[in-house]
Amino acid sequence: MNHADVQRCVSAAIKKFGAEPGPLLEILHAVQDELKHVPPEAVPLIAAALNLSRAEVHGVVSFYHHFRGTVPGHTVVQLCRAEACQSMDARALAEHVTRRLGVGFGETTADGRVTLDAVYCLGNCACAPAMMVNGELHGRVTPERVDELARDWGVRN
Amino acid sequence: MSAAITLYVPGDAGALSLGADAVAQALAAEARARTREVRIVRNGSRGLYWLEPLVEVVTAAGRVAYGPVTAADVPKLLDAGMLDGAPHSLRLGDITTHPWLASQQRLTGARLGIVDPSDLDDYIAHGGYVGLSAALALAPQDIVRTVADSGLRGRGGAAFPTGIKWQTVHDQRVAQKYIACNADEGDSGTFSDRMIMEGDPFALIEGMTIAGLAVGATLGYIYLRVEYPHAARALAKALDVARRRGYLGKNLRESGRDFDIAVRLGAGAYICGEETSMLESLEGRRGEVRVRPPLPAIKGLFGQPTVVNNVITLATVPLILARGAMFYRDFGVGKSLGTIPLQLAGNVKHGGLVERAFGLTVRQLVYDYGGGSATGRPVRAVQIGGPLGAYLPESEFDTPLEYEALSAKNALLGHGGVVVFDDSVDMARMARYALEFCAIESCGKCTPCRIGSTRGVELVDRILTSANGRRDADLALLDELCDTMFNGSLCGLGGMTPFPVRSALKHFREDFAGERGDRFI
Repeated sequence: MNHADVQRCVSAAIKKFGAEPGPLLEILHAVQDELKHVPPEAVPLIAAALNLSRAEVHGVVSFYHHFRGTVPGHTVVQLCRAEACQSMDARALAEHVTRRLGVGFGETTADGRVTLDAVYCLGNCACAPAMMVNGELHGRVTPERVDELARDWGVRN
Repeated sequence: MSAAITLYVPGDAGALSLGADAVAQALAAEARARTREVRIVRNGSRGLYWLEPLVEVVTAAGRVAYGPVTAADVPKLLDAGMLDGAPHSLRLGDITTHPWLASQQRLTGARLGIVDPSDLDDYIAHGGYVGLSAALALAPQDIVRTVADSGLRGRGGAAFPTGIKWQTVHDQRVAQKYIACNADEGDSGTFSDRMIMEGDPFALIEGMTIAGLAVGATLGYIYLRVEYPHAARALAKALDVARRRGYLGKNLRESGRDFDIAVRLGAGAYICGEETSMLESLEGRRGEVRVRPPLPAIKGLFGQPTVVNNVITLATVPLILARGAMFYRDFGVGKSLGTIPLQLAGNVKHGGLVERAFGLTVRQLVYDYGGGSATGRPVRAVQIGGPLGAYLPESEFDTPLEYEALSAKNALLGHGGVVVFDDSVDMARMARYALEFCAIESCGKCTPCRIGSTRGVELVDRILTSANGRRDADLALLDELCDTMFNGSLCGLGGMTPFPVRSALKHFREDFAGERGDRFI
């Protein structure tokens, strides 16, 4: 990531949200939406603009599961691990997905194609197990369905 | 050329997760191929999720439903004459006469699946904004009294009387107050907030506007979880329409009153569903719990008096103003008045939204509505009220789903989610998960929650692997740990994690014996 790009992105986010009350989360969302992560070098820039310490900004970034410090894979797979999905054997599905991708939760495949994240409830509990792929929700997910979708993610058999 | 035929294909996230977009595309393409003109409305879901995607076609005899429809079904459905409501194996007829729906009392969810969520005129044609008109004719104190008289209690989980909360904020004499809508619906097994925001967002907007008029707040925030991108889009659309049409903003409806709403996204933290953490997060900080007092109603968002209510609570307010407090309180039993949107989820054949007056039993919900487990195996347990709710065994299924009856069973209704498990469930694993979830999501502010949850996971692991003599001592220790967490935690996360753990220990003690070899992947 080019430092000038980070600077430009952070400045734009601060310009857009900086005047609102309590804008830090909004700014972090704007940065992550554009850069797919919150680069560590963005932290001091945001801190200076909001008159916060770097520790305070870092503390917020690290508190929330959604914000990430590194660029994720091209496809982000969020697999629900909460109770309703567990009742429909989300554990077996999780085993299948981790084996298929060759990574654990919170990891990215070596070729940078797919990041696997755990998520705790997608609100699709009557159609469990649920999974979100780059913001698209899937219900009643089976291992076979994962294999079908995995072809679009560029995962080889 | 005859007039266009109207088709309803839900745009609800649950329906989309089962292929509703592909169905809508196939319908458009196949209709075009047959030179039939169609207009496709993306409605919300009616909440019969095993029938999604549920397509409805408007005929001279009313709306005729077909479901569950896949994109592959569409050519044959059209060949069979679906656009004229013709028979087919997927034809369900008038879905409102389906016993699953006809037996419900849809008040808060009255418009779900019926209206176009982005169409303000459709909302108004179905009773929308009658409540706001009524509220604008009342003094603020009378709006508060109407809500108090209705018996409405917070549907987010704490069940605090809404009218009392509003009265407290109303009585504060300060310039700036806020309405903060808690849309951080993080409990597994719950989705009614999502359904309202996606399927009837104007109801929430109207409810928040009425709350603003009642307590003297001019600005509202919707704190929406980032896991709900579909709801975010539906709300953005509806807010834009409401603003353009003068239902929000300065001098709304020429009333001389101002109210506007901003949506703020959460960032994947379960704890932010706790009201004081939510306020911290709205202020742009770590979602750490605040010590109460002061109550948010006195010192809330940015230090100002704030009404914090859940989506369902606020979306119920327009109806109370439109139909009167007595109409609403006539539903329900004892101190649980009105209706409760129950969400039936997990391993269940017919899952979805069941809104009824309080008092339905677990058994009626799981078997009469749910039809038993999805897998066809015997139902062994339900968890009520999300990850901090108790597990109940089959022997307790005659308990009515209302606040006091559940409380008497050391259980809680929470946000109304009921998750069904079949007999393959390992309850020691579920107890361990409850503690693990608490460890993952703890904000870290208080020790019983931050440390207790991790010690609890270790203890359960030890119980399941240690020799019998040690196990009894460890079970007693786990119970003591639950005591500490229950009594010593700052908020409900640490304080209520003992509910699933203790209920699993009480009702399913045999699962803690340690024989099962397939545990803990």
